Amino acid sequence: MEQNKKVFGIAALYDSPNAIIKAAKTVTDKGYKNFDVHSPYPVHGMDKAMKLPPSKLGFVTLAFGLSGAAIALLFMYWTMTIDYPMIIGGKPFFSLPAFIPVTFELTVLLATLSTVIGMVTFFFYFPNNSHPIHDTNYMKSVSIDKFGLCIEADDEKFNEEEINKLFTDLGAIKIEKIFFPDKLNVKILEPKFIGLLLIVAAFVSVSTYLHLNKVLYLVPFNWMMDQGRLDVQSSSELFGDKFGMRNPVKGTVARGFMPYEYQGVNEPTSPLSNPYLPTKENLSLGEKKYNSFCSPCHGNLGDGDSRLRGQFPLPPSLHSSKSRDWLDGNLYHVIVNGQNVMPSYSSQLSREERWAIVNYIRVLQRAKNASEADIQEIKKEPVTNVSE
Amino acid sequence: MNIDYSQELPVVEGRLTLREINDLIARPMDERPNKKYFIALSFTLSLLFIGAISVALTLYYGIGMWGNNQPVGWAFDIVNFVFWVGIGHAGTLISAILFLLRQKWRTGIARFAEAMTIFAVMCAAIFPILHTGRMWVAVVYLLPYPNQHSLWVNFSSPLIWDVFAVSTYFAVSLVFWYVGLIPDFATLRDTTASKIKKVIYSIFSLGWRHSHRNWQHYEKSYMLLAGFATPLVLSVHTIVSFDFAVSILPGWHTTIFPPYFVAGAIFSGFAMVVTVLIFVRKIFDLENIITINHLEKMNKVILATGMMVGYAYAMEFFIAWYSGNPIEQFVFINRAFGPYAWAYWIMVSCNVIFPQFFWIKKIRRSIPIMLMIVIFVNIGMWFERFVITVTSLHRDFLPSSWGYYTPTLVDFGVLIGSFGLFFTLVLLFTKTLPVVSISEVKAVAEGAQPSHNGGDH
Ligand code: HEC
Repeated sequence: MEQNKKVFGIAALYDSPNAIIKAAKTVTDKGYKNFDVHSPYPVHGMDKAMKLPPSKLGFVTLAFGLSGAAIALLFMYWTMTIDYPMIIGGKPFFSLPAFIPVTFELTVLLATLSTVIGMVTFFFYFPNNSHPIHDTNYMKSVSIDKFGLCIEADDEKFNEEEINKLFTDLGAIKIEKIFFPDKLNVKILEPKFIGLLLIVAAFVSVSTYLHLNKVLYLVPFNWMMDQGRLDVQSSSELFGDKFGMRNPVKGTVARGFMPYEYQGVNEPTSPLSNPYLPTKENLSLGEKKYNSFCSPCHGNLGDGDSRLRGQFPLPPSLHSSKSRDWLDGNLYHVIVNGQNVMPSYSSQLSREERWAIVNYIRVLQRAKNASEADIQEIKKEPVTNVSE
Repeated sequence: MNIDYSQELPVVEGRLTLREINDLIARPMDERPNKKYFIALSFTLSLLFIGAISVALTLYYGIGMWGNNQPVGWAFDIVNFVFWVGIGHAGTLISAILFLLRQKWRTGIARFAEAMTIFAVMCAAIFPILHTGRMWVAVVYLLPYPNQHSLWVNFSSPLIWDVFAVSTYFAVSLVFWYVGLIPDFATLRDTTASKIKKVIYSIFSLGWRHSHRNWQHYEKSYMLLAGFATPLVLSVHTIVSFDFAVSILPGWHTTIFPPYFVAGAIFSGFAMVVTVLIFVRKIFDLENIITINHLEKMNKVILATGMMVGYAYAMEFFIAWYSGNPIEQFVFINRAFGPYAWAYWIMVSCNVIFPQFFWIKKIRRSIPIMLMIVIFVNIGMWFERFVITVTSLHRDFLPSSWGYYTPTLVDFGVLIGSFGLFFTLVLLFTKTLPVVSISEVKAVAEGAQPSHNGGDH
């Protein structure tokens, strides 16, 4: 039965580290190339005996470590100075000392993970549990306390008798022929395997669905709000006017915010006029701020389709004739002043940003209610985004 | 008990053969757990259960169940977090720094200490995540993820540095640990008699063949990992100390914090490792592999780091006086003689006074006394974090808002639960994985390396 199997190689076991070093040296000197030494732990001096070139693993580490540093720094630079600049603790937007910890951590993370993953996949070609050497008596001995050397059959100088003699001369305690295993017959369409796949798929989809649609929108348990502190709206016996909230001194003006003349007025009839033209920059600022501040309630396109799932009353559509007929100033007024349940955004948005949002709302309104002339205009324009 | 220190001691005692080492380490995984094991496991599981109830209460009613409130807004959550992260530091120190320093004795204890690192970091993570309130959305504000509002985490905040440091630390420790385990999985795969175990070990061994062509890269990768883990372990507690030091609160805002925290972390970590190893070596008959010399060496590290911590305590007082800043001075006098003086003096006696006994060799090598001292150190180091956090907060700049912080039962429950989790994981680990690295210990056994003439160096 052994005759019809293909030979993988011939392996010999040795008893001591000295013997294996000697064997490895001799085999290398004799010019064998495809052989390997197996030992339960790395034996010192073996690299030299086998004449192995130094490991190149360090280059993987270096490359990925440097990219980790670069990715971290560039990413922080982009988020903190370009995409969402914010003054924090009076530091400059790009404050290098504050970025060093994260840069360092990402360098280490990428360097170590890439070293290990790179080693396992590209240097070892693992996982590989079907190598012919597995499950042989030879493997079981070198796993514990023996030292082995295996010359593979695809070596140019492979010759059974010669090798047997060489191994015995070097003091082998046991010589074993290793064969390729029979072809494994693995059925992919096994019902058990398909069943497992289905279960995994079902589990992943259900839990993803629940997480994204239910857990993330859990209404906070109400009693978390119930705390023994003075809320802004509540009354207090401490002050003469019985208000819990203290207002700033009359006439206080926050830095960068001009006093607004229609504060508290309901739908002013001659509100401010829009000083900004809807330029490209202005509109992209408006889009960004609209998406950040308005879209959670009003929806991405102003349809009033809130993402808050009933945690806040739905706002009206911004495409009603009311808002479309309003002057720019009326829209501006709602942003600054708020309207009924909609809060004021005057402290979050600068003057320019508010007007930019107004311009952007105008764009949305015109896009949603395009007139015949608008459509003709678009049709006239050369189609650029279709390649031909 | 006459030991000649002029000569290197054998790392493995009793002249075990390689096969004996193999069997000794692999035995706990093949034997059925005995009664004592189940008693211990049910005890730790009960602690874990107490923790689970407290966590459930915290989630249901909110973190108002905890004792922290104005003016002490940060209490058990950060105290326990820093405590557990600190415990973790011993593992990486042993596996990485001692590896680079070519300390062969580390082989016997490295695996266990690394496992403790991983478990300790898991325990630590519980607290900040719980403190975020609704922890199932915590990932949304702890990690920078692309979102429509183009909001990003604040990269100049020490709390975000912490997120990166601790998660990197966890990932790297886990990888380091696993790389060390690969050859051992292969050995277990080839020795086990059970079919199911063999499948499991085969999967985790990735098909390791003990080939020297692989060992060569493997050793290189171990070097590289150790080289990275060394600055990493120092950076983690440095960054944890930034949580305090970067603020402008008197008592926190000091430049001595990073080295002081790192020393304290190693101090407490080693104490915990010694505590656990004393039991493990006894229960699993590993006295020849985890020898009394190992414990003695660790006690020396405890003595050294304990004195560093003591130096830091003294230096804080000195700087408070030397700075001439009356508020800083008030904080430190209040720390030692104010309402929390009891905690302060527990800390000083446990961390500075008791470890001094380790100057005496007899005590360094006596298991019962050593056990007592390391338990004191564990307690003292917990109190150190308590003292730092609470005393600086409870009396701030405005005397009308001074207060006294008392933890609630739920606070204690979560703390107890974290101990339950830690020891449950340790117990499961001792029965499922080799607690000592098989391949590394074999490599340092007597006669395991070629002699110089035969090996042709
Ligand atoms: C917290 C949810 C919320 C946010 C965020 C929000 N709004 Fe509103 N908005 C509302 C609600 C609710 C109303 C309806 C108020 C009412 O009952 O009159 C409203 C009304 C309006 C109206 C008047 C519409 C009408 O027909 O009366 C305008 C204009 C408007 N919002 C613009 C904005 C702009 C611009 C932003 C971004 C700066 C914004 N909103 C952000 C909830 C919100």
